[in-house]
Amino acid sequence: MKRAAAWAILLLGMAYFILPLIGMVEFSLSMKRGIYSLEAYRVVLADPRFRETFTFSVVMALLTIVVGMAIVVPTAFWVRLKMPGLRPYVEFVTLLPLVIPAIVIVFGYIRLYNTSSALPLTGTIFGTNLLLVFGYVTLSLPYMYRAVDTGLRTIDVATLTEAAQSLGAGWVTILARVILPNVLVSVLSGAFVTFAIVMGEFTMAALLNRPAFGPYLQLMGANRAYEPFALATIAFVITWACMGLIQLVTRFSKHDKAAR
Amino acid sequence: MSDTPPPVRRRLPLTWLGLLPFALFVALFLIAPTMKIVLGAFQRADGSFTFENVAGLFTDSILSSYWISIKISVASAALGCLVGFLMAAAMVLGGLPRAIRSPLLTFSGVASNFAGVPLAFAFLATLGPLGLVTLALKTHLGINLRVYGFNILSFWGLTITYLFFQIPLMILIITPALDGLKREWREAASCLGASGAQYWRMVALPILFPSILGTFALLFANAFGAVATAIALTGSSLNIVPIMLFAQIRGDVLGNPHLGYAMAFGMILITGIANVLYIVLRMRSERWLK
Repeated sequence: MKRAAAWAILLLGMAYFILPLIGMVEFSLSMKRGIYSLEAYRVVLADPRFRETFTFSVVMALLTIVVGMAIVVPTAFWVRLKMPGLRPYVEFVTLLPLVIPAIVIVFGYIRLYNTSSALPLTGTIFGTNLLLVFGYVTLSLPYMYRAVDTGLRTIDVATLTEAAQSLGAGWVTILARVILPNVLVSVLSGAFVTFAIVMGEFTMAALLNRPAFGPYLQLMGANRAYEPFALATIAFVITWACMGLIQLVTRFSKHDKAAR
Repeated sequence: MSDTPPPVRRRLPLTWLGLLPFALFVALFLIAPTMKIVLGAFQRADGSFTFENVAGLFTDSILSSYWISIKISVASAALGCLVGFLMAAAMVLGGLPRAIRSPLLTFSGVASNFAGVPLAFAFLATLGPLGLVTLALKTHLGINLRVYGFNILSFWGLTITYLFFQIPLMILIITPALDGLKREWREAASCLGASGAQYWRMVALPILFPSILGTFALLFANAFGAVATAIALTGSSLNIVPIMLFAQIRGDVLGNPHLGYAMAFGMILITGIANVLYIVLRMRSERWLK
């Protein structure tokens, strides 16, 4: 009786999640009347705007991961090693982007870094792209910091650092060749979440007027019948792949530890 | 006496330097932009202090946009909490095979990140005028959703769509709390003669209550700040706060730049309060679930 109720709840819940996905995929396959075909995908993949925006977003995502990790890993390491008392405060700051809506942050960027300001980042395309990367780093700060900090908790930062120092390593060597390899799994899972977030992001890219995948999706949605659903399916597969990769690296590392 | 340690004084400034890149980044790209908005909400165009902008929010159109935003956020957070709780409880306590646990949690991770524009398309394809479910109901069961006044571009349409990321978030947060319910509590309750319903009403739910309420606050803030889904789904047909602010940033539709600051400030205020509530309640719930 209880188990039947549990199954019923779970199946009803799953139906709610699966139906929209089926609807989305079904629509994306029905561009040709009467038969299922990959026509919508063919049209989308042949669209140069798709390639441009998709590439743009991939590059942005990779830059975001590199810049974000360059800021987060040394900071989390330093806080653990030298200033453990500040940890709750730093963590609080990294969680702020979950509190302040992205639309407000980018509104601030537009007003703060416009052409008449001291730091006119929005004046040039390069500057705006840079600002967008920084915006994405800000958005992914909560996920990256938590991932890296959790990774650092499992290793003995102080001993590793002292051991490396007594062998003559400098700070850069310690970070790159001792700390980073030890928290690589956490860094990777933070990176995959970031990748998924940046690929689908709409608000910041749209308001900074950059040709990213999110705004392109929205534009297609407003103008085309079947292509948007093919694009949405692609976006879902990307999100799914990123999450799957996180599971994979985490599981891989567990085997790694059990073997030792 | 003679060996008072001078090196300590020399090391202090160096320790601070390690946090400098992070502090600088956060100051420039998180704190300063937010402060710019908050201060701008209390400034005239010439920079002098005023309450006019905030007072300007209290017009019918802006108030109604806040009201409908709050209603959608409350509805999607409440339903998200309820359904997410039931699903998590079914998974953890329903006696189901443990094998479904890991896939369900992974899927929740994916679904809670599958927001924005693609999500809106998925629901258009399902509950839109030509959607999968809409057509199936019409042809097989003779139910025309339109006749019942349902429209995907509406309050309920948006709420149902938001549930797609609200429910998984609830499942992810509440599952550890449900895991933390100790078997001994249930046994102790039944030793004292409590029925299953009494155990839930008098033991389990009071313990879980702070987590549930805290997650509710988090889901509320989550829905309140969602922009992309709403824009892709409804265009500008539904006047919720994020859509209005988006239009305001793009083209100053309110006719007063500083009113935009005030609107954004109102958003920070509401999501801020919701998050403070979440943090406070979370600390309360962690006392029990160690």
